[in-house]
Amino acid sequence: MWESDLCIQCGQCAIVCPHSVIRAKYYDESRLDGAPAAFKAAPINARGYPESRFTLQVYVEDCTGCGVCVENCPAHSETDFAVKAINMKDRLQHVEAGRESIRFFETLPWADRTRVNFANVRGVQFLEPLFEFSGACAGCGETPYLKLMSQLFGDRLQIANATGCSSIYGANLPTTPWAANADGRGPAWASSLFEDNAEFGLGYRLAIDSQTAQARALAQTLAGRIGGDLVTAILQAPQVTESDFRVQRQRVAALKAALAGATEPDAVNLLALADFLVRRSVWIVGGDGWAYDIDYGGLDHVLAAGKDVNILVLDTEVYSNTGGQASKATPLGASAKFASAGKTTPRKDLAMMAIAYGNVYVAQIAMGANNEQALVAMREAEAYSGPSMILAYSQCIAHGTDLRHGMKQAARAVASGYWPLFRFDPTMRGRGMNPFRLDSPRPRIPLEEYRYNEVRFKSLTQTHPDAAKRMLEQAQAALEERYRGYEDLAARDGSRFHPHWQDASS
Amino acid sequence: MSLATRYLGLQLAHPIVAAASPLTATLDGMRRLEDAGAAAVVMSSLFEEQIRAEDTAYALYTEHGSDSQAEAGSYFPELADYDAGVSGHLETLQRAASALDIPVIASLNGTTSEGWIAYARDLEHAGAAALELNVYSIPGDPTVSGAEVERRCLEIVRAVKSTVGIPVSVKMAPYFSSVPHMAAGLVGAGADGLVLFNRFYSPDIDLATLRVTKALPLSTAAELPLTLVWTALLSRRVGCSLAAGRGVESEQEVVKCLLVGADVVMTASALLRHGPQHVTAMKEGLVRWLAENRFDSVEAIRGLKDASHVADAGAFLRSQYITLLSDYLPGKLV
Repeated sequence: MWESDLCIQCGQCAIVCPHSVIRAKYYDESRLDGAPAAFKAAPINARGYPESRFTLQVYVEDCTGCGVCVENCPAHSETDFAVKAINMKDRLQHVEAGRESIRFFETLPWADRTRVNFANVRGVQFLEPLFEFSGACAGCGETPYLKLMSQLFGDRLQIANATGCSSIYGANLPTTPWAANADGRGPAWASSLFEDNAEFGLGYRLAIDSQTAQARALAQTLAGRIGGDLVTAILQAPQVTESDFRVQRQRVAALKAALAGATEPDAVNLLALADFLVRRSVWIVGGDGWAYDIDYGGLDHVLAAGKDVNILVLDTEVYSNTGGQASKATPLGASAKFASAGKTTPRKDLAMMAIAYGNVYVAQIAMGANNEQALVAMREAEAYSGPSMILAYSQCIAHGTDLRHGMKQAARAVASGYWPLFRFDPTMRGRGMNPFRLDSPRPRIPLEEYRYNEVRFKSLTQTHPDAAKRMLEQAQAALEERYRGYEDLAARDGSRFHPHWQDASS
Repeated sequence: MSLATRYLGLQLAHPIVAAASPLTATLDGMRRLEDAGAAAVVMSSLFEEQIRAEDTAYALYTEHGSDSQAEAGSYFPELADYDAGVSGHLETLQRAASALDIPVIASLNGTTSEGWIAYARDLEHAGAAALELNVYSIPGDPTVSGAEVERRCLEIVRAVKSTVGIPVSVKMAPYFSSVPHMAAGLVGAGADGLVLFNRFYSPDIDLATLRVTKALPLSTAAELPLTLVWTALLSRRVGCSLAAGRGVESEQEVVKCLLVGADVVMTASALLRHGPQHVTAMKEGLVRWLAENRFDSVEAIRGLKDASHVADAGAFLRSQYITLLSDYLPGKLV
């Protein structure tokens, strides 16, 4: 339940909600006419909009009660610190009123995407999620990233999904959490096999590139019929901001209108291909079992291909969907199936392996530790015209911890230096800068303080106390060595990255 | 000069014993205390509810989501030897008992009758030289009478004594209506010794955040007088060993405890504050004090200042109190 008086409208509850049940809208106060009695609204917390109201609507029936939002809420009552701006209450008492409020909330318009600030969490809460009410576990750490992806890139998304949790909760057919917007457009989604999803996504890219090229060629051929100015505008359109996309969609609609009813082959073909004139956002999604193990060869192949694809690794550090088997992302000292006495080697540094290519955008992010950095990384990855890969820390029931407090646990993972946040952006070279940036500070808590909140690490202290002690020391040493490497890389002067092979010419 | 003393039937080289604390939780910690010269160590407590909570949490987190979908029946490997810490504790005790030349006394903090009995037996089998029962209960329920609290406490001691053959001491609280009556009752129930006293959890309130803060601050010498009074009153009146603690910071407190009749002194906070080697300093200080005051043994000073010679100790203490209040002058420190 939302406490409108306490809320500071920061969006930190909505961004971490795994099931997209917390949504925010702002609107003119006149729209409150006819609102049901239980509907809550507050003056928007922004200067210059005295007539605007803000509502945080909780979809009561779809809430799983995980409590992650409550723990991530930074606002609380001045007299009772246990009362946050969003709190868990007995659902049954609020269902009826909740339904009425939701019905009214859905009559309110979503924010105009061209006016939303995509650069921060507060702004992003106003973007409609096109991934909602999935069958993921309560408190799932993966789904907030997918929801964020759907908010940021919306109906331009084309997703190749590897087998794993995300393919199960992503397509518990006949329902699907991938939703359409008011225009009837939404993300295109398909799942491939475990062992070839990266290639599957690359196939999307190649097909899109080919079809876009055909559409562009046909538009030029048919310029006389469509209108030369319109064709020129379509072909030269920048497609970066939401305003760009809106105008381009209008142009494409005009192109379709100009060709309506046409029967000649070129025009029919262009009508079929016209939507490719709006830039698509290709994302290849999967878990660590897919990325680190089963399709690692394919992933590497796709990174090496240099095409504009975005890879999102929902990293739970274990095969979650099949029941907690160790992957090469599983950390040293974690107990998992196939490694019940503790994994004896550190997790593969997939990020550095990708960075080694030099032309791959790579980021390591953790919702809960730094949501802004996660947001920035996803936007930069998508904007980068080459391959991008993001490793996203994802809490999981296979960690054996109270997921309600998972955001703080993710923050501990970062604070211990185990999961440093960083971005490797090849475009920084063009500005003479070091492309590698560490976004989190030096380790400031011992690894133990992070690890022993989770059964996967703690259980070993009972079953194999000596080994647990040794592995903790090894893991701490491995962490420090890895961190030193990152720090060395981040400390280099930008000139050390020049000239890059892509810039060199004879 | 003889520093020798007897406690719970154990012959000790001197009266300074390391009480249960984080320092005595590990074999390494207990070894360091022995190296520093402790006469005996009380291993850190085995807490029954901690074990139960561990069990519950382990089950909660490892079984969460089990059998909820077709592809996975569980999310954790089955760890057949997982036991929430009892075996680890027992193993440490076993290794300490065989590795150390000084007695290792086990400490048990139970909640249920079954827990007290079962874990007491386990601790004896692991090699404990004696068993210290930490009967720590905060009677928050207004319907439970003081008599009921005492009855439960005595029941625990009887049950444990009927289970184990090693000496048993009881670490008691100072908050009984009649400490001597309770002490006598414990001895009647079979206690071989009393440890004066355990300390309660001391919550505080952070005024900046309005949160209740957890705290168990280390004891200081300022807390010792309560122990001194009751040790003096129990000395030679209850037929059992007496251990005095809660504020034993230096050799001065050691001497005071012996003077009021303690067989041994227990110290934990001072060791946590200054490190295990502080035992050496305390022991050397005790020797120095005895020599300077021309005593040739610990035995010579034990009970010199206890209350066994005062016929009506209660009346005596009241008169002291009244005198103090009467003598008070504003602005004058008493």
